[in-house]
Amino acid sequence: MSENHEHQHHILSIKTAGIILVLLLLLTGTTVAVSRIDLGFLNVAVALTLAVTKALLVILFFMHMKYENRFMQMIVFLCFLLLAIFIGMTFFDLAYRGG
Amino acid sequence: MSNTHKDYAGAKLGMWLFLFTEVLLFGGMFVLYAAYLHEYRADFHVGGKQLDVFIGTLNTVVLLFSSFAIAAAITFIQQGKKKLAVNFTYLTIACAGIFVINKTIEWRAKFHHGIWPDSPHLREMSHGENIFFGLYFLMTGLHAVHVVIGAILLSVMVWFMKKDVINQQDFVKLENAGLYWHIVDLIWIFLFPLFYLVL
Amino acid sequence: MSNNSLSFWEDSGSSRSGIMAWLTTTDHKRIGLMYMYIILAMFIAGLCLGLAIRLELIAPGRTIMDAQTYNTVFTLHGVIMIFIVVIPSIPAAIGNLVLPIQLGAEDVAFPRLNLFSWYLYVGGTLLALVSLFTGGGAPDTGWTFYVPFSEFTTTNVSVAVIAVFILGFSSILTGLNFITTIHRLRAPGMTWTKIPLFTWSLYATGWIQVLATPVLGITVLLIFAERVLGVGLFDPNKGGDPILYQHLFWIYSHPAVYIMILPAMGVVSDIIPVFARKPIFGYKAIAFSSLMIAFAGSLVWAHHMFTSGMSDTAVLIFSLLTFVVAIPSAIKVFNWTATLYKGSISVEPPLLYALGFIFLFSVGGLTGLILGSAGTDVHVHDTYFVVSHFHYVIFGGTGFGMFAAAHFWLPKYYGRMYNKKIAKIAFYILFVGFNLLYFPLFIIGLEGMPRRYYDYLPQYQEGHVISTVGSWILAVGIIIMLVNLWRGFTKGEKVGRNPWGAATLEWATPTPPPLLNFDEEPDASRKPYDFRGITPDE
Repeated sequence: MSENHEHQHHILSIKTAGIILVLLLLLTGTTVAVSRIDLGFLNVAVALTLAVTKALLVILFFMHMKYENRFMQMIVFLCFLLLAIFIGMTFFDLAYRGG
Repeated sequence: MSNTHKDYAGAKLGMWLFLFTEVLLFGGMFVLYAAYLHEYRADFHVGGKQLDVFIGTLNTVVLLFSSFAIAAAITFIQQGKKKLAVNFTYLTIACAGIFVINKTIEWRAKFHHGIWPDSPHLREMSHGENIFFGLYFLMTGLHAVHVVIGAILLSVMVWFMKKDVINQQDFVKLENAGLYWHIVDLIWIFLFPLFYLVL
Repeated sequence: MSNNSLSFWEDSGSSRSGIMAWLTTTDHKRIGLMYMYIILAMFIAGLCLGLAIRLELIAPGRTIMDAQTYNTVFTLHGVIMIFIVVIPSIPAAIGNLVLPIQLGAEDVAFPRLNLFSWYLYVGGTLLALVSLFTGGGAPDTGWTFYVPFSEFTTTNVSVAVIAVFILGFSSILTGLNFITTIHRLRAPGMTWTKIPLFTWSLYATGWIQVLATPVLGITVLLIFAERVLGVGLFDPNKGGDPILYQHLFWIYSHPAVYIMILPAMGVVSDIIPVFARKPIFGYKAIAFSSLMIAFAGSLVWAHHMFTSGMSDTAVLIFSLLTFVVAIPSAIKVFNWTATLYKGSISVEPPLLYALGFIFLFSVGGLTGLILGSAGTDVHVHDTYFVVSHFHYVIFGGTGFGMFAAAHFWLPKYYGRMYNKKIAKIAFYILFVGFNLLYFPLFIIGLEGMPRRYYDYLPQYQEGHVISTVGSWILAVGIIIMLVNLWRGFTKGEKVGRNPWGAATLEWATPTPPPLLNFDEEPDASRKPYDFRGITPDE
């Protein structure tokens, strides 16, 4: 149980939290602004990229994942990877239907 | 090893595992969303235009701020500033309240326009729009349920802080409740562009 | 047997006594036994339903029930056996009994949560029973709840799917608890490569429970929502796509078959070396293949849908991936065989059941490949070939794994031994009955007998008759086995700490174990299959 003794809790400073909040709000503004311009397929890509960036900020800082050990980071990644696989592999069906 | 030992890392791990189940619970609906967006691109565009971007954006800001507030509350409890921690948790709960009120206003407006699951008006609309609004009600509805559960959970945490169950030495309960709240925010971060800004 | 400490039977750890001490316990051993009793009761119920199905099918046309009753009976048989018996059987019952002790821990990581998941399990089971007698009658959709039928049938599907949701939640919490326990509560010295393989298999299972079950949760909630609100997500008349339901359902339900089989493989991995008196061959390969199965098993769900109308590209890819999953399963079978090779084998009842597992699972697994290859599947899809295949895997695999586990571990917890001779006789009857019951189904399946049909053409009758006779022999075997176990655990000879001469930690504690599992600090640095210096202690 080597994990047992590393009891140093990282304390997120209020200042960092504030910066993250400002970044999140800026990204939200950007998403709304970009959605007003018609970029065709790129719109979905941009909206999702911005959403993923926001999600990363929340996970890494607000949820302290940046300061957790490698194992925790790995399983969080695995969870989202699995969801991406579920969606992606469903498209092996949907994208090639009919024809 | 005693039977009542506190295992900080274990409690955190357990909570994260639970959060994974939440991600995948919503994940099933995201699979559906992706599939139907692929099938009904144009109808989703029409549907999205009928949602209120202002209320959507407002709720996004409210939830992002609440996420900040609960993160700050955890920082304060770790620094021993319990009063501030309690107040920031209250702030988070207040944000949850505002979110739910906004959501209610929004849904009522939709009902007023004759749009609810399986409504006669919706049946006259195209298949794609029916699916869009179906997913809209189910996904934001399930999310709203999580907001309410989160608010209740945070209220219990306030009570724990007042009873000194949560304090500067032992704060993992508040951290875990905070993690739950962040997941609620995280899901909204994806719901917002997918419904209000679809293109 | 040590008399200086009370066993968990006498020491409840609380001031309550009698039944209340059990219902409020957080002791993993008591919770494991409470799971086991309900699973056993429901297993007998499911078995009776199965026998009724077989009896109905002994002749074409009506034999003992009408068609609608038949539909509800096979639905109930499936729902009960899958969600209430097989999924919780080894993880929740045997896992709770054994896992913490194998790790050298006093209990699971979250003992109260453990009790809570038991209550969820009981609640879900009760709700499933309620769905039979209320509303528009017992569900008649089959355990898969396929849309659009499940949305429109007037039977009580709504309540049944909520029951499944609750049972799923219980399964999730058990998995979560076990993963955390394995990470956090290993005794000092118990490194990852010293964890017994049964616990390793529960670790892999736990991940599937946590990551796949929520998808089932949302799927059944959507059925509920469709029935109540009529949104139309899966209704073609409203723009929905029924095939998407099948995707969601199998995203969970395929990994779920690994929730069922992995723990049974773990049981076999723990039993084989003990009775071959040899360290397990390829420890790391077996442990790693469990994780491989868990991961690869999450990527093959659409092989249940080859004839559903999904795209040919998907058929091709999912068929290929299905063959990939066969590799880690085969690794295990080869390792077990290699462990037995040149071992000093003593044929005790647990070993017999484990060998039964290997044979039956191999038949089930290999016929699975026939179903997994897209070409042949079109021919045998939805025939009795499928029915036979999954009974070989689930009953022959998980069922025999559970029987092996019961014969191996339960004497430790009851402190008494069953009659070994009768246990062996029961095994042979069971084994013969099992093959007689299911093997003919492969043949009539290949000949085109469709599954879930109430009536059939006369040319299939021969196979059905043999199968039904087999079901009676099987039932006799099960009755003998259960009665023998029951008599053994109430009146049998007392056993010592280590009746089989096994090397894992659960055999180093007093029999039955005390409340907090150990009377002295266990030596967790010992390898789990190192039998040097260990002799059976009857």
